[in-house]
Amino acid sequence: MLLTISTTHVPATDLGYLLHKHPDRVQEFRQSFGTATVLYPEATAERCTAALVLDVDPVRLARSRTRSPDFSLAQYVNDRSYAASSLLGVALADVFSTARAGICKSRQELADTPIPLELRIPVLPCRGGAEVAHRLFEPLGWSVEAEPIPLDDDLDWGDSRYVRLQLAGTVRLADALNQLHVLLPVLDESKHYWQAADEVDKLLRSGGSWLVDHPERELITRRYLGHSRRLAADALGRLAEIGDDPEAAFEPQPVVRPVALNVQRHDAVLAVLDELGARSIIDLGCGGGRLLQRLVERPALDRIAGVDVSSRSLRMAGRRLGMDRMGERQAARITLFQGALTYTDARFAGYDAAVLMEVVEHVDPERLPAFERVVFGRARPGAVVLTTPNSEYNDLYEGLVGPRHPDHRFEWTRAEFAAWCDRVCAEHGYTVEIRGIGDVDPDRGAPTQLGVFRRA
Amino acid sequence: MREINVPALGLVLLVGVSGSGKSTFAARHFLPTQVVSSDFCRGLVADDENDQDATPDAFDVLNYIVAARLRRGLLTVVDATNVQRNARAELVRLAKAHDVLVDAIVLDVPEAVAIARNEARPDRAFGGHVVTRQQRDLRRSMKGLRREGFRKVHVLGPDEIDDVTIGRERSWNDRRDLTGPFDLVGDVHGCASELRTLLADLGWEVEYDEHGRAVGGRHPEGRTAVFVGDLVDRGPDTPGVLRLVMGMVAAGTALCVSGNHEAKLVRALRGADVRRTHGLAESLEQLAGESEEFRQAALGFMDGLISHYVLDGGRLVVAHAGLKEAYHGRASGRVRAFALYGDTTGETDEFGLPVRYPWAQEYRGSATVVYGHTPVPEAEWVNNTICLDTGVVFGGHLTALRYPSRELVQVPAERQWFEPVRPLAAPTADREATALDIEDVAGDRWHDTEFGGRVKVPAENAAAALEVMSRFAVDPRWLVYLPPTMAPAPTATVDDLLEHPAQAFADYAKAGVRAVVCEEKHMGSRAIAVLARDADGAERRFGVADGTTGAVHTRTGRAFFADRAVQAALVDRVRDAMAPLFDELDSDWLVLDCELLPWSAKARGLIEEQYAAVGTAALHALPALADVLATAGTRGLDVGALARRTDRRLANARAFRDAYVAYVRPTDGLDGVTLAPFQVLAAEGRLLAVEEPHPWHLERLGRLTSPLLTPTRHRHVDLSSAADRDAATRWWTELTGAGGEGMVVKPAHPVGRGVQPGLKVRGPEYLRIVYGPDYRDAVDELRNRNLARKRGLAEREHALGIEALRRFVAGEPLWRVHEAVFGVLALESEPVDPRL
Repeated sequence: MLLTISTTHVPATDLGYLLHKHPDRVQEFRQSFGTATVLYPEATAERCTAALVLDVDPVRLARSRTRSPDFSLAQYVNDRSYAASSLLGVALADVFSTARAGICKSRQELADTPIPLELRIPVLPCRGGAEVAHRLFEPLGWSVEAEPIPLDDDLDWGDSRYVRLQLAGTVRLADALNQLHVLLPVLDESKHYWQAADEVDKLLRSGGSWLVDHPERELITRRYLGHSRRLAADALGRLAEIGDDPEAAFEPQPVVRPVALNVQRHDAVLAVLDELGARSIIDLGCGGGRLLQRLVERPALDRIAGVDVSSRSLRMAGRRLGMDRMGERQAARITLFQGALTYTDARFAGYDAAVLMEVVEHVDPERLPAFERVVFGRARPGAVVLTTPNSEYNDLYEGLVGPRHPDHRFEWTRAEFAAWCDRVCAEHGYTVEIRGIGDVDPDRGAPTQLGVFRRA
Repeated sequence: MREINVPALGLVLLVGVSGSGKSTFAARHFLPTQVVSSDFCRGLVADDENDQDATPDAFDVLNYIVAARLRRGLLTVVDATNVQRNARAELVRLAKAHDVLVDAIVLDVPEAVAIARNEARPDRAFGGHVVTRQQRDLRRSMKGLRREGFRKVHVLGPDEIDDVTIGRERSWNDRRDLTGPFDLVGDVHGCASELRTLLADLGWEVEYDEHGRAVGGRHPEGRTAVFVGDLVDRGPDTPGVLRLVMGMVAAGTALCVSGNHEAKLVRALRGADVRRTHGLAESLEQLAGESEEFRQAALGFMDGLISHYVLDGGRLVVAHAGLKEAYHGRASGRVRAFALYGDTTGETDEFGLPVRYPWAQEYRGSATVVYGHTPVPEAEWVNNTICLDTGVVFGGHLTALRYPSRELVQVPAERQWFEPVRPLAAPTADREATALDIEDVAGDRWHDTEFGGRVKVPAENAAAALEVMSRFAVDPRWLVYLPPTMAPAPTATVDDLLEHPAQAFADYAKAGVRAVVCEEKHMGSRAIAVLARDADGAERRFGVADGTTGAVHTRTGRAFFADRAVQAALVDRVRDAMAPLFDELDSDWLVLDCELLPWSAKARGLIEEQYAAVGTAALHALPALADVLATAGTRGLDVGALARRTDRRLANARAFRDAYVAYVRPTDGLDGVTLAPFQVLAAEGRLLAVEEPHPWHLERLGRLTSPLLTPTRHRHVDLSSAADRDAATRWWTELTGAGGEGMVVKPAHPVGRGVQPGLKVRGPEYLRIVYGPDYRDAVDELRNRNLARKRGLAEREHALGIEALRRFVAGEPLWRVHEAVFGVLALESEPVDPRL
């Protein structure tokens, strides 16, 4: 991977002083993941270019037992050897640490002065497309050229996620280096996998001066911190302290958001459960346990069970409920276990009510008979509270093509849902009452359909 | 010497005061493991066998052990004083809960002897008053002991205790010694003429008395008839049926279990006030025309019928209304009720008939259960159980099952003799073949496979597979096989190669394999095609009645195309291509192992995300770097080494790009998709994967001509011939030089455990896709790879996959096939270097 930094400041060879690397030498710097080399392909008084070459050997890296700084290096086939990834950001910070700090004993005035710079990166992973590169670099005073690289030069496979990036501007060198250090990982697809609290410090050190006023500071912060919300909030808070107008960062968002549909769904299901007077409830397909969390808050419930087919979801639910630090009495009410809705399971039986919230549409149509038998035939809860999307409503979602979720195996119209409910009731001895959840459209009904089944 | 008998399967309580010699007695007559002693349990929970404070906990432990043993069907002896009624009651309750018989053996010794014995033991420091109290309790108990629920109470006096033999009495239903062959006959209901016809069809010689009445029968091959009960009621000639069956049973050529109709008729004949419905009136009327002597004989016969038999070493169970596994060989009122009336829910349906719990759906036993009771239009296997009541009296058929051949023989009713209360249709629940239970797949499981020994599937692997199986796999009825993973040949040591045919040949030669077949390894996606000839075949053999006629799925059981119409069209195309095989193999269905081509048809996303992205990044970054270095070189900087390395990497990157581009062909839906079949895994009655050598498969498949098919080029190699090996190696070099992925080496003839089912030898250029563009510069490092785990998995998965197919071919229940298939998927979740 390659980065070149050119200047036409006269004398251009002063770049060597600013970078603390002599223009006539080829210098190597060992990194934990490869070798960084600094060399100058051109060094005249009119124009001087420094190149940072980072050589990563993915095979040896993947096989070494030491912790590698980038998750994707675990794969032998990866772009780390070619693209300007977050690894280049790390190498740059290391190799040019003094320059990045803006320190230059012999040319301090020059180090403090914006100079004409040209940065080139032949292959830059650019999450979100070339447009993001413009959004990130232009506010910092760069004129940006970001040209998408095709997936294949000869075959018509469309664009890759890479761009050829060229930045030109008059910028303090230390700022340029810090901006790259922060923005390379922001643009990269795969960010460092560790997220220690000192990441925030690093971000603030590198971005403190220019990040405060960057219109995309939220995007930058969030992406740099790998979407860790806690860290991002911390960083944004501290950025606000740095800025002149701390209020601005905390300005309340004027958007009044409608209550999200999934919250409405939870409210509706809970209301039905209250109505049914159910004291034992099994949430079939509990996922990460959002509904369970609200069920646990209700002391009137004697038994609460959460079932999911994914052990990862169950672990998440366990954490959400705080199962490991819950009192004995509280914990005794709650069971979490792995199960699948196409396998009969004795543990599903014996509950006043079963909740199947946005679950049935994830079952292949040909497996529905098995699903019906497992739930209505064998588990036979006193009541079944089932929600599923109303496909008629989909037209009202702007930009939605196809189902609401890529894993939905089908979505029912109101008539289809009603027909299914009626058949299930006839076969298994239940009665059903169908309702809607969410804002009702006069022609298309509510976004979510709710079936309340009662055992006859 | 006194002889007493205890039930071979049951509970025995020793009853006697402390010092009466129970432990000594138990040790003499029973295995140490059969005896559970309260002293021992007290020691377990208190480190002191005489700590009376620990008694409640000790009995908790004792009861737990007793329960576990009884559940597992083991004779169990309780060595405790058992002098108090309460203590005995708990144990009798345990016996009843496990539907076994319970005997008591009372050791009746004089108080003085017991006290003297205790005094001789330093660990029994309690005084003589304890024994006195126990003696008093025992005396008080003796009178009512027999009424406490014991089958027998054996009281042994002081002289008898040391001079007794204890026999094991097997229960009446235990006829495991009878091994058949059997002809099992469904509900006859007085249809004497049909019965005689059926017996004749089965090859029986029916014997007649001087009045021309059938009074017995024997089979020239020594077969035994087994009647599933309900000989009587409704039909035209109940006495005729009884006379014939009674004769056969008396002569030892037949067995008969009681049906609910016999039980009711017995009560009626005894004068009980029963409703004369459901054909009872007809029986009584017909019997009234018989002699008193016959009526008494018939009454005695029917009254003596037991409710179920366990036959053929435990492999066959016969009960009128079926029997769940926990009840096999057991004896209790509820076992009898189940056997006679079925698992009734207590509800009645709209015709007033009892609603029955579909126990057969949940049946997971290894014994075949044959029964009748519920008329069905056709005898159908459900989880190794079959109902033979095909409603002859209602105008259906009289059905027999030949055992062990499992052949069904039927004769039609001569007419409808009795009007059914409800139409003869199978309850839907009994026809649902997809009845899979979480217990079929979850937890640690050991699978006995016929060709690969016992295979363990750990619980955590099963948990990981549950999501994939339940959310993404095709309907389990189509999923009768999953292919095993395949290990590469042991790592090569020559040049910069990781894999080379020489190691595969050497590996097989070492394992004693003489001939191998080398098959071109197609670079596509592994595909298993499960095809029924038509919708009827799909319903008959796979139990799929929705019109689907097959599936083509991936190695993890997923459908190839998300679009159902495309998926269905693929099945149709493959079936058309395979059409001649259905006839050649005389089968309504086929399972084929194939590769679906091109790779891009399924893996387009992966190719773009993973491979093309890296390729294009390399091909744009490296030339830019080369330019920078060239310019630097002109300045006299020492960048020669870096420049050479960059050139080499650029060449590697070009080779890498060529490697994956070679496996991309344009496809649109199914257009451009081809299939390369290389094995016919199974067909009706034939486990071809095991029965036929690879050359047979390749030859058969090679004869097919269809534009859909891509042939699999192959060579046969005699491993002892250097010329053969060299020629195959040259062939591999040519194949891979021309962009081929490589080859798979398989033993020509099927092999058992301990030999790899196949070894892949991948070409050096193809391996760039696996190990990265520059891997050949790091071959020294990459050679250090551990194949043992992959090889172990390949063997176990192969054993499970073949076992699943074997079970399917043998017509075993869906859950048996599914548990093995699931095992393959579960093992696949084991973390293994994905590059192998």
